[in-house]
Amino acid sequence: MSAITFTIDLIYVAAAICFVFGLHLMNSPATARRGNLLSAAAMAVAIVATVVLIANQQHVPAKNWIVMGVCGAAGSVIGLYGARMVKMTAMPQLVSIFNAVGGGAAALLAIDDILEHRGSGLSNLSSITGALDIAIGLVTFTGSLIAAGKLQGWIPGRPLLVYRGSRLVNLALVATAVATGAWLVADPRGDVAIILLLAAAAVFGLTMVLPIGGADMPVVISLLNAFTGTAVAMAGFVIDKPVLIIAGALVGASGSILTKLMAEAMNRSLANIMLGGFGTGDAAAPVGAVAGAGNVRTVSAEDAAIQLGYASKVILVPGYGLAAAQAQHELSNLAAYLESHGVDVSFAIHPVAGRMPGHMNVLLAEADVPYPQLRDMDEINPEFPLADVALVVGANDVTNPAARRPGNAISGMPILDVDRAKSVIVIKRSLGHGYAGLDNELYTDPKTAMFFSDAKAGLAELLASLKTLVA
Amino acid sequence: MTQGLLTDLTIFALAVMVGFEVISKVPSILHTPLMSGANAIHGIVLVGAMVITADVRTDYGYILGGFAMLFAAMNVVGGYVVTDRMLHMFKRRPETGPVPAASKEPEEVTGR
Repeated sequence: MSAITFTIDLIYVAAAICFVFGLHLMNSPATARRGNLLSAAAMAVAIVATVVLIANQQHVPAKNWIVMGVCGAAGSVIGLYGARMVKMTAMPQLVSIFNAVGGGAAALLAIDDILEHRGSGLSNLSSITGALDIAIGLVTFTGSLIAAGKLQGWIPGRPLLVYRGSRLVNLALVATAVATGAWLVADPRGDVAIILLLAAAAVFGLTMVLPIGGADMPVVISLLNAFTGTAVAMAGFVIDKPVLIIAGALVGASGSILTKLMAEAMNRSLANIMLGGFGTGDAAAPVGAVAGAGNVRTVSAEDAAIQLGYASKVILVPGYGLAAAQAQHELSNLAAYLESHGVDVSFAIHPVAGRMPGHMNVLLAEADVPYPQLRDMDEINPEFPLADVALVVGANDVTNPAARRPGNAISGMPILDVDRAKSVIVIKRSLGHGYAGLDNELYTDPKTAMFFSDAKAGLAELLASLKTLVA
Repeated sequence: MTQGLLTDLTIFALAVMVGFEVISKVPSILHTPLMSGANAIHGIVLVGAMVITADVRTDYGYILGGFAMLFAAMNVVGGYVVTDRMLHMFKRRPETGPVPAASKEPEEVTGR
């Protein structure tokens, strides 16, 4: 081992340590940005070290440098462009696309390794990790593209491909992947085995994600993130680079924990999401009809505006519908207008409001809502009884008082105590169900008025009315 | 070879344990940035893509290596930049509007 390769290996170790520290610093809002920068710096150093390592190798043809340089630069530009230009509401799908390409790169790496080493007696043991890399990487690739497509609306968000026996088909695909993987391990020269493995893994990625509803996509993306990490760790085995193993395993493990935390915050179990539980169409009917259901009071934009304009304390409750309609700027404008007319305004942020946990904070921060107005659930709940009006925008299950009672799909889920406000206005497109598939008892509460509208249009109309009526 | 594989397996097992421990209790406000940050870290696959691409000599090798480079570079650059963009938003605090009495200490998020 030459001095240069030894030094470079030491640099890889240092980079791996920085990844761990960086991830750890991201546990708290105060240090999160520093953590990400530390991790990015370590990554840059590792990449430069790799350039030195390759330059130090004997006879790397110019063609290889050109392919590396051109493709690397093109990828960097695309990644940079996507990251800078993406709207914050579309952020989850961008992360999903990065998952796809990361998993795809890991799979390509193993495919290339197997093809290059065929005939030169690849050891059976190391082709196990190669087969795993290909399988996991490809599942992530196709699965993540579907997840991104669902969130972007290119693919319908509702559960697709749900039919009798669909789980059997999935099982058969997994079995095929395992069998062809084993075949590949036994005979790394088999073309048929590689092609079958590729096909089974790619199709499984599709059939795994298509039946899952759009509202659960964030958890699925987080799971696929953990998958990509595992695929990268397997790629590290294939090319015997411990830094890939460490970074990949780190993401695989922390990603699994994060997936579990997210699922818990949404009151869903992972098994429930993957196998399709409530909200996927085959759910049980809502438990018990709500007394007085259908007894909904509606309100016009003018009346709602007057209610808001003459309130002294208003709590805004943004939800999934706001994120979907990209109405965060309209809500921010409304809040600013009310503030300027002496109304005390705060935002009640449920932990899972938005597309995924923590997403609403990002969206509202982007829309220039002052941070102190964003209040956590535990902090804001005692203030609801003091609020003259609670304005709910596109939030459903997280406001449903039924969660306080046992015996239904959302029992025990922490909710915002919107029903304890003196009066409630709900902006929502219809009386449709949230993904729990329950009637929301808040909507039929006598002190609740429904303003049926798209979040974006409704908020704009509300602000226009406010400006004419409460000048 | 077997010795090397065993070492790699040990590294893998220990790194998994570290991964389980390193993010134990995350406030839900950080779930999204954390996922995105972890996403950027698996961009380390770029190092693997470079190593592989330096070694290829066949036509299909150049194609596979080239795509691996393209994909991995997208992952690593985009992942870090979008995470930073997101975390940057938590930092910027315009001090406008009355601050509710019971609000969090702004220092915690203002930073610097």
